[in-house]
Amino acid sequence: MIRFLFKGLLRDKTRSLMPILIVAAGVALTVLMYCYMTGVLGEMIETTANYSAGHVKIMTHAYKKNKAQVPNDLALLNVNELISKVQKDYPTLKIVKRINFGGLLDSPDETGETKKQGIVAGISIDLLSKNSKELDRLNIRDALRKGRFPEKSNEVLLSDQFADKLELGPGSKVTLITSTMYGAMSIQNFVVAGTIDFGMEMMDRSGMIADITGIQDALDMKNACSEILCFLESHTYDDLEAIDIEQSFNAKYSDINDEFSPVMSRLKNESMMSGYFDYIDNFVGILIFIFLFAMSIVLWNTGLIGGLRRYGEVGVRLAIGEEKGHIYRSMIMESILIGIVGSVIGTIIGLGFSYWIQEVGINIGGMIKDSKMMVPTVFRAKITDTAYYIGFVPGLFSVVLGTMLSGIGIYKRKTAQLFKELDT
Amino acid sequence: MKRLFFILFIIPSIIWAQQPTGKTILEKIDKNMAAKSTITTSKMIIRGARQTRTIEVKSWGEGDEKSFTEYLAPAREKGTKMLKLEDELWIYSPSSDRIIKISGHMLRQSLMGSDLSYEDMMDNTELLEDYDAGVIGSETVDGKNCWILELRAKTAEVNYQMRKIWVDKSRYIPLKEELYAKSGKLLKRMELFDVTKIGNRWYPKKMIFKDMLKKGAGTEFIIDEIEFDKKIDAYIFTKASLK
Repeated sequence: MIRFLFKGLLRDKTRSLMPILIVAAGVALTVLMYCYMTGVLGEMIETTANYSAGHVKIMTHAYKKNKAQVPNDLALLNVNELISKVQKDYPTLKIVKRINFGGLLDSPDETGETKKQGIVAGISIDLLSKNSKELDRLNIRDALRKGRFPEKSNEVLLSDQFADKLELGPGSKVTLITSTMYGAMSIQNFVVAGTIDFGMEMMDRSGMIADITGIQDALDMKNACSEILCFLESHTYDDLEAIDIEQSFNAKYSDINDEFSPVMSRLKNESMMSGYFDYIDNFVGILIFIFLFAMSIVLWNTGLIGGLRRYGEVGVRLAIGEEKGHIYRSMIMESILIGIVGSVIGTIIGLGFSYWIQEVGINIGGMIKDSKMMVPTVFRAKITDTAYYIGFVPGLFSVVLGTMLSGIGIYKRKTAQLFKELDT
Repeated sequence: MKRLFFILFIIPSIIWAQQPTGKTILEKIDKNMAAKSTITTSKMIIRGARQTRTIEVKSWGEGDEKSFTEYLAPAREKGTKMLKLEDELWIYSPSSDRIIKISGHMLRQSLMGSDLSYEDMMDNTELLEDYDAGVIGSETVDGKNCWILELRAKTAEVNYQMRKIWVDKSRYIPLKEELYAKSGKLLKRMELFDVTKIGNRWYPKKMIFKDMLKKGAGTEFIIDEIEFDKKIDAYIFTKASLK
């Protein structure tokens, strides 16, 4: 019977082409939107985790309270000992030290006097250790524009845009003017090893990456750091696992009465991130639901129109003695076939576009010029397992439901009146 | 009737006539505090969140446009020099062996982690030049009768748009000062102690600055030695003297 119905759909394009096209379009849009939202939101979370928050992060209570000001005078001390203990307690965590710093970057002329200056926002990471994964974590291996990666503690990477502004290039000498962790003035020379495109407006405006040992010297922060970032073994944020680690760490190491004692905070509790997660949980869910609902109505309508358009055909079939139930079931079977074919086509098209956006991305740099958030300038879609079946929800069920509803009319028609109806 | 008239009108008029105007008080403060030139050796005790640091400096100043400071201690700061000419500031640091120009909003940043900004440290402008003053009351500070003066900046370029000063009535020296932003927000508080007669002027040898937007117990500024109106070699106020 399925083969018979399928042949019918292929041969009579007037009853299959439009519904399939509409279903395919709706499904493609649903898949594309789902992949785009998943990609954008996931990328924002992972970027924030990799650059500033980790999956869980250790700071002092005092630093946590004022972290927007990057208060290195409130930084963690004896960090090597603390990291050893944490690694022993949670062997699967990947642990890294970070120092965030700000200041003035001065570019000298030939005589050594100030030529250009700019406010710098820097991150210091472990660039020099053999086993360091920090370059991959920050995803900057492919972002190198000029020069090379630092090989010494006095070498730094600058954002390409910032380097251009200060008229600097690989090999240029720069001076960082900032404060040590004890408040003294720190004026330290560095060499630009290379320039990179961060792909994040805030970092591209004034970003600098330095090796942590160089910055520890400059900021008088031996065996100290601003934050210890910890990443889960799965490389993906899992709130339940993070809660467990956060609670057990704080119970063991944190003392609320000592502002310099360490405290752990999970990604979801980081500034703006909590709201962001709620946004993901609620708003995006609602958005996708509304979209699916709207698409369902459109496709349901397609099923209804299809059923009503075949009013005459159903009349003839009834007149020649076909059972009402048989007609109803055959129409539902047809709609299932249309739904499956449309959903498959739509899913393929949707996945195709999603793949393209996943690889190429959409550049929104111009729209977030003054953003202070860690927002990537290129948004990419992400194809997940769900993307392969999410389009079938509106694509299949709505068409079938539409047909089922319009098909109820078959049972209301009276055989005695059929020829009269057909005459008119 | 005559007695009542005397009590109601004549006595207040006599008292009012005895109270100097804000302008007169500022002139007398400037006579004490401002000088053609100063050479100072001082200590800054900075009480931070984790530790207290003491910085020793020697400064040369001429009017409100030229000043030169050399850091003598501790070891990390030793040899750092600062030169201010008009609105420009250059810093030399031996660790980088470079002369760096500091300008714009950087001048409002904390000096060596203290409660003073670069601008505060270098400022030697006469109050009368920048502010209009009015007497708004009297109060006792450290057992001294003081006038309370409210100062309003004459131009928008002045760092602190409003100041409140408690001025010792007998010595015309501020004993307490509050510095406000244009919005009326209190930015800094200053207390002045050890008022000493130096030549023909009174001068406070100890000041405590508190940046109200910063943690910590404030910065103590202690003057060990100060000389007024001495001739200073012009070479001091050149960039060549930085290295």
